[in-house]
Amino acid sequence: MTEMNMVQAINDALRLEMRRDDRVLVLGEDVGKVGGVFRVTQGLYDEFGEDRVIDTPLAEGGIIGAAIGMALYGLRPVPEIQFSDFIFPAFDQIVSEAAKYRYRSGGEYTCPMVIRTPVGGGIRGGHYHSQSPEALFIHTPGLKVVCPSNPYDAKGLLLSAIRDEDPVLFFEPKRVYRAAKGEVPEGDYTVPLSEAKVVREGKHVTVVAWGAMLYEVLASAEEVAASHGIETEVIDLRTLWPIDLDTIVESVKKTGRIVVVHEAPKTCGFGAEILTLIGEKAFLHLEAPPVRVTGWDTPFPYTLETDYLPLQHRITPALIETAKF
Amino acid sequence: MQVDSGGQNNHGGGAHGVPAPRTPEASLAGIARVIRDDGTADPAEDPRLPLALVKSLYVAMVRTRLIDERLVTLQRQGRIGFHIGSLGEEATILASAAAMRPQDWIFPCYREFGALLWRGMPLQAYFDNMFGNANDPAKGRQMPDHYTGKPYHFGSVSSPIGTQMTQAVGFAWAAKLRKDDLVTSAYFGEGATSSSEFHTAMNFAGVFKTPTVMLCRNNGWAISVPSEKQSATRTFAEKGIAYGVPAVRCDGNDVLAVYKTVRAAVEFAAAGGGPTLIELMTYRLSGHSTSDDPRAYRAEGEVEGWRKADPLLRLRKHLETLGALTDAEDAQLRADTDAEIKACVEAAEAAPKPSLESMFEGVYAEKPWHLREQERECIEGPRPKAHH
Ligand SMILES: Cc1ncc(C[n+]2csc(CCOP(=O)(O)OP(=O)(O)O)c2C)c(N)n1
Repeated sequence: MTEMNMVQAINDALRLEMRRDDRVLVLGEDVGKVGGVFRVTQGLYDEFGEDRVIDTPLAEGGIIGAAIGMALYGLRPVPEIQFSDFIFPAFDQIVSEAAKYRYRSGGEYTCPMVIRTPVGGGIRGGHYHSQSPEALFIHTPGLKVVCPSNPYDAKGLLLSAIRDEDPVLFFEPKRVYRAAKGEVPEGDYTVPLSEAKVVREGKHVTVVAWGAMLYEVLASAEEVAASHGIETEVIDLRTLWPIDLDTIVESVKKTGRIVVVHEAPKTCGFGAEILTLIGEKAFLHLEAPPVRVTGWDTPFPYTLETDYLPLQHRITPALIETAKF
Repeated sequence: MQVDSGGQNNHGGGAHGVPAPRTPEASLAGIARVIRDDGTADPAEDPRLPLALVKSLYVAMVRTRLIDERLVTLQRQGRIGFHIGSLGEEATILASAAAMRPQDWIFPCYREFGALLWRGMPLQAYFDNMFGNANDPAKGRQMPDHYTGKPYHFGSVSSPIGTQMTQAVGFAWAAKLRKDDLVTSAYFGEGATSSSEFHTAMNFAGVFKTPTVMLCRNNGWAISVPSEKQSATRTFAEKGIAYGVPAVRCDGNDVLAVYKTVRAAVEFAAAGGGPTLIELMTYRLSGHSTSDDPRAYRAEGEVEGWRKADPLLRLRKHLETLGALTDAEDAQLRADTDAEIKACVEAAEAAPKPSLESMFEGVYAEKPWHLREQERECIEGPRPKAHH
């Protein structure tokens, strides 16, 4: 075990898998010599050389289209999109191509690849370095979507994702890239996809979150435990899609109450889907209206970033209201 | 206009060739210049601009440089969040802006605050943007250096690379359809020529013969990626050939050459000739932005060579050979600019933050019910703890 932050853990996973499997390669903007703008691929260029750690021209459509071609050939590309806000020039390749290859070719072709990309706010990045576009990809049949909250999960989930047979969007919460630290085993281990984790047990209200917002939820959970004796059960989703619905339903059966927290705007955010699923699967267990605490339905602002984000100040009252309903 | 595809390629070796040194001499070989090493203008190339214009370009370039330096310091002090500047690229930006006619429109990338100030935006408004306060024309909604300048015929900056190029083409195309005498320019880095937006913009501009000047600032780097890794072509200008768009390379650190080249393209467009692609050979003396440390990927020796080709030094020498600039004048200019910057910083820092209400405005022309509801929830709800 070594203490690592998220950046180090993801780097460790990439290095491990590139050593283990020579089909794995990394490509993207600035991922080579400089090791990525967040330094996640640091040192890989020196170890694996320019054929496996590739600085590409500035074209996301090119990065993903080429990665798809490599995957069709039998390699295991791990393309990086520098910020998830810049994934849209590649949207066509991801949504029309990667997501549909297996289905449309009757299973002849598959696209196993992992698209890594930093996600979310909290770094004073304004509209274009802060967004959380996960719902757009969850909405697309054929894609898996992952968002770890801590170094242990980040490494284990990335290894699972690279070994998975389907295309995976791997969102890295940049707000906690360096702030989230934890013990990470050396060597190989995996965290299975589609397994959520109950990170705090409680009997009064269930909260579902992922990525950077998990820490805000945990802080609120402590706060309401101290102030109101409310015991919050906190679920770290880890894999957003396909979702581990059983774990959430199980928890809601116990608490009768659910709150979903995410940074993305409220309307058609993933919270809407989660609460609908709970309505379908656990309606009779609900004792309070399901609640979303999310970013507002505006573009992500600059100066008012902390007023935009669903931080502790907005989660705490939601927990109290839901628990007391 | 002709593509000058002779001489050296994009600052160094071609992707398939032997790497050449990335020196100013190698990068500028075979490209016409106006200001010669001794500071005099080559009579065969000299556009013979009025001295007052040349001096005002010098003033604007010095101001741009000093503003840049101050903003880097403010970022280091934690007083602003970010800055992306134009250190070493001032001539490409100021001389091209000056070559546009008053009725023309500029579609910026993100290094062109100098062009915006040239167009008349008050320095205070720019600093308000850098601080994201309530007085910022962009209402503190965007990160620093994402300014907007419609009153000055200047676009609104967005981060996604390349998007402004197709928009500049469409704007010019609309003017052409309406028979208005108007030209647009679009700024972008050589890295952006890899984006699909560039290729689409070039193709549309070529097909519809739009009055658009495509201004490629080839500063040698796209963050850590050197220009020769961006494209296998020997020049970026030669990409014009594929789209039937005339293209030319220009010494981007030579104010007079930039002015002359851009002016010719503007006149060509205004006369119905259509678009031009201009590759302005320059160099990014700073890191990509305040978030970047270029020591991780580039040799200091390379930068040294380009410091000697600094466009400010070259213009200053030119003015001195004309007897048009004294040391005292120069010192006064710098002192005045420093004082002006100081006052702007103080005012910008003292200004209030944007209101919570402002966050919910401008998403649509009219605020729909759901935003009214969310606005109320936000304003009546608890406030976050300390800001960052
Ligand atoms: C679509 C998109 N992808 C990636 C980025 C991140 N990014 C910002 S600037 C930049 C390099 C741009 O280089 P170049 O076009 O040469 O312009 P320069 O910064 O050198 O002026 C990159 C990759 C972005 N802003 N937009």
